[in-house]
Order: sequence, then structure tokens, then C-alpha cells
Amino acid sequence: MDAQAALDARRIKEDFPILARHVHGKPLVYLDNAATSQKPESVIRAIDNYYRMHNSNVHRSVHLLAEESSVAYEEARAKVARFVNARRSEEIVFTKGTTEAINLVARGWAMPRLQPGDEIVVTEIEHHSNLVPWHMVAKATGARLRPIPFDHQGLPQMDKLPEIINPRTRLVAVTHASNVLGTVMPVAEIVAAAKAQGALVLLDGAQSVPHLPVDVQALDIDFLAFSGHKMLGPTASGALWARYELLEEMEPVDGGGSMIRRVTLTESTYMDPPARFEAGTPPIAQAIGLGAAVDYLTSLGMDKVARHEQELTRLAYERLAAVEGITLYGPPPEHRVGVISFNLPEVHPHDLASLVDQEGVAIRAGHHCCMPLHDKLGVAATARASFYIYNTPEDVDALINALQAARKVFRP
Amino acid sequence: MSAEMYKEYILQHYRRPRNHGTLEDADIIHEDDNPLCGDRVRVAVKIEDDRIADIRFQGKGCAISQASASIMTDKVKGKTLDEVKAIDTEEVLGWLRIPVSPMRVKCAMLGVKVLQAGIHQLEREQAESN
Repeated sequence: MDAQAALDARRIKEDFPILARHVHGKPLVYLDNAATSQKPESVIRAIDNYYRMHNSNVHRSVHLLAEESSVAYEEARAKVARFVNARRSEEIVFTKGTTEAINLVARGWAMPRLQPGDEIVVTEIEHHSNLVPWHMVAKATGARLRPIPFDHQGLPQMDKLPEIINPRTRLVAVTHASNVLGTVMPVAEIVAAAKAQGALVLLDGAQSVPHLPVDVQALDIDFLAFSGHKMLGPTASGALWARYELLEEMEPVDGGGSMIRRVTLTESTYMDPPARFEAGTPPIAQAIGLGAAVDYLTSLGMDKVARHEQELTRLAYERLAAVEGITLYGPPPEHRVGVISFNLPEVHPHDLASLVDQEGVAIRAGHHCCMPLHDKLGVAATARASFYIYNTPEDVDALINALQAARKVFRP
Repeated sequence: MSAEMYKEYILQHYRRPRNHGTLEDADIIHEDDNPLCGDRVRVAVKIEDDRIADIRFQGKGCAISQASASIMTDKVKGKTLDEVKAIDTEEVLGWLRIPVSPMRVKCAMLGVKVLQAGIHQLEREQAESN
């Protein structure tokens, strides 16, 4: 295959059974990928096959099914580790998504360490999942949050960095790519500023890992949280990647089976990571499904995935910008992943989402779990279209046509 | 289904809401939003003999939430407070006469929820002062 060839999104679409569906009598045009992605046949089959052939608990029994399940579960971990270029598989802790991964760092790393006067740097555009855990840490420890402000274009004000990231900074926990503005953060500069102050860096990779090549070693970060279900995997799959030394220092958050070395009636000692953080029966089928999702994305090549989405986003941005009266939020397409939030003057985003749904087009409306950002934008809600590997220029046409149809209802 | 949600009279209520505004001598002023979507309704209510004597509303949000609040203001006038507290989803959907999709029911219910919460608050305050 030609390494330079573009993705064939029309061909990819055929791998996703749900995309052959009709809704309200119209072919489904799925543009809510920032919320969750659809799943290819290979992922559905991997989960189905696991339950039909191998279902068993992992790391416990010695019978054949248990062995097969355990091997498949650990193979999935290795695939995910390679996908983000971890140094070793044991740096991956399976979680049910980005939220659980960030909470694990908040409670396992930050809670026992931070003290009054310490600072955690976030941004003004964080998803609630990368704010609320730090609010909890701040409340428990006396540490405080320092947000990096954004300009009117939807880009971070990097000139404010020297003041915000300072000797009191212990952790810089920022989004890698915004789920509302699409903004891709200048990670290298942020990492350099954090390292200069001896602070650690956590990236919320929920909107980056599915869409861009992400290499934790090249980025030189400390923690990466991401969701499997946004990258073709099943719900309740996701991971925390952390440098192994950090995982070794971290306290477990949940106690129970699998995470212990030795238990007496009065005390217990813990397993090494990642088992220490995976108490109880893990989501085995989900991890195996995520492994199959990683195989699918790897076979496409993440460089190509990123290029496809960049081109589609550029097209969608141009087409949307030409819609009369529309407000587009966030930076120009070259600074973003495939997420575009917008508002039409006369149609509330919820009404818009209901009406375009009528045309078969699935978009999101609301605050997208980013209330502080919407306060800053001065609106309660926005409509959002978000793209993935199976979206085509025809899907963009369908979106534009559906918007015009919705508008007619409100402006007959 | 969803296009039928936007019947002309719903859009009329949205564009030109009934009983819009506030009341100088209101017995209840209550405001709340739907935390999931940020839609907001404020009601001002005048009560006489345990009945809704007059009501005004203001708000911001989608067509369904605002039209439903507008229609509600007509429907509740003259009702006793107990009757208003007993209004349920079925009754509100009956007023609207449109097929409200399950995800949008909370929009349709916002106005009534705010009014009912205002009545409960008034009754709590009265119970405390007695």
C-alpha cells in the first residue's frame, strides 16, 4: 500500500455495521464522534468471540479458558502500550475511560502528596473530568488551581505561562485537544515550562489519542489519560499511561482482589503496578475489544488518520463559515482536531440538534461538560459536529443541508 | 417525529410567549435552570385563596422549554396550589399536543418544575413562620 495514499473513508464506512443504519428514514450521518465513536466489525467480533470461546476470569484459575483470557487481556495491554509508545506494557493501567484515569492520578498521586500552597495548573477550556478531580484534590489538600487563559481565537495565552507555571506548581494537568474548540495544545512548550519548575505533566488525551499520533516518550510527559470508546473500542474501556516509577510511588485507590500480594485479617500488601490499580475483576472483554480497536487504527496508520481528519475539518470549517449568521467557536482548522462547535442566531442548539437528527445527522448540543468554557463564551450551549475516520465530504454536505432545513423551520 | 415537535403554534409560543415578564406584588418568585443544558425559567406568581391568581414568566432556552413554559402560564391560572403540585409529565405533554422525544421531555417539564419548586418553597417558608 502507498504510505502517502489518503484514507478511503467510503471503504472504511463499510467496516462499521451501524453506519448502514437509517434514522427517521434517512441514512445515518454520525457526527458525534467526540462523544463516542462507532465500532468496526473487527471490534464487535473480538468481543463476541471472547464471550463465545474464552470467557473466564483473569489471573486466577489455571484452566485453559483462564489462561486464554489472561493472555488475551495482557496482549491487549501490550497493544495499547505500543500504540502510545510506552516504554513497557506495565505502564498501562486499564480504566473505564479518561475520567477514571484522571481520578486515579488525583487520588493515587496528588491527594497523598499535595499541600497548602501547592498549585495545579489547568486551562480555561478543560472538560469537567479534568477539573472536578482537581477541585476535590484542592479541597482535601489546600492546594489551588491556576488556569491558563485562552484568547478570543480559542488559543492558549502562552505569554502568561511564566507567571502561571511557577515554583509552586506541582502538576500541570491540561487537555491535549479540546472537545469543544478542537484546539490542539502546544504541548512541547507546556512540558518545557513544567519541567523547568520540577512539575509533572498530565495530558487529557480523550480527544487526541483517537485522532493523532501520540507518543508519550516524544512528548516527554508523565501521565496520559484516554478513552477506548472514543477510538473504536467498547464503552468502559480506557487507560492511564504513566511513567512506571510514578505508578510505583502511587497509592492504590480501590482495594480488593487482584491488587494484593498478601492479606491477613488486619493488613495487606499490594501488588506492583499495574495490578495494584486494577482491583476486582477487570473489564476483560472491553480491554480485548480495545486491543482490536488499536489493531484497526494501527493498520490504517495514525498519520493518515490525522491527515484525513485535518482535510475534512478544513472543508467543514469552510462550508460552515459560509452559513449566513453562524458563529464558529475556536481557532482556524490548522490548530484543531476534527471538532467544530457553532451556533445559529435564531435556532437554539437543542432545537437544532433535534431538527438535524430528523435529516439523519447526529450532532451534539449542550455545554459538552465544559461549563466554565461556555461561561467564557457567554452562551449556555453550543451545537457540535465532530469527525472520524469514516466521515466523508458527503457527510459534510448532509450537515450543511440539514442546518439549512432546520433554519427554515424557525424562519419560514 | 421531531419536525412535528416544531408545530407552528409551538413556534408561536416561542416567538411571542404568553404572560411574559414579571409581577410587582408576586407571592412567589422562583428561578432555576436545567443543569444538563442551561435552559432557564423564572416565574412570578400572585396567589389568592390558595389559587394561582396571576403568573408571569421569563426565560432563556430552546423552543420546547420556552413554549412549554408559555403554555403552562395559561393552563395554571385559577388552579389551586395542590392541583399545580400534582401536574405530571403526562399532563404537560397533553398540553403540548406534540410527540416530544424522550431526550427532550426534560425541556418540556422545565417551566412546571420551576413553578412547583416555587410553591414548595413558599409552603416551607410558611410552615417555618407558623
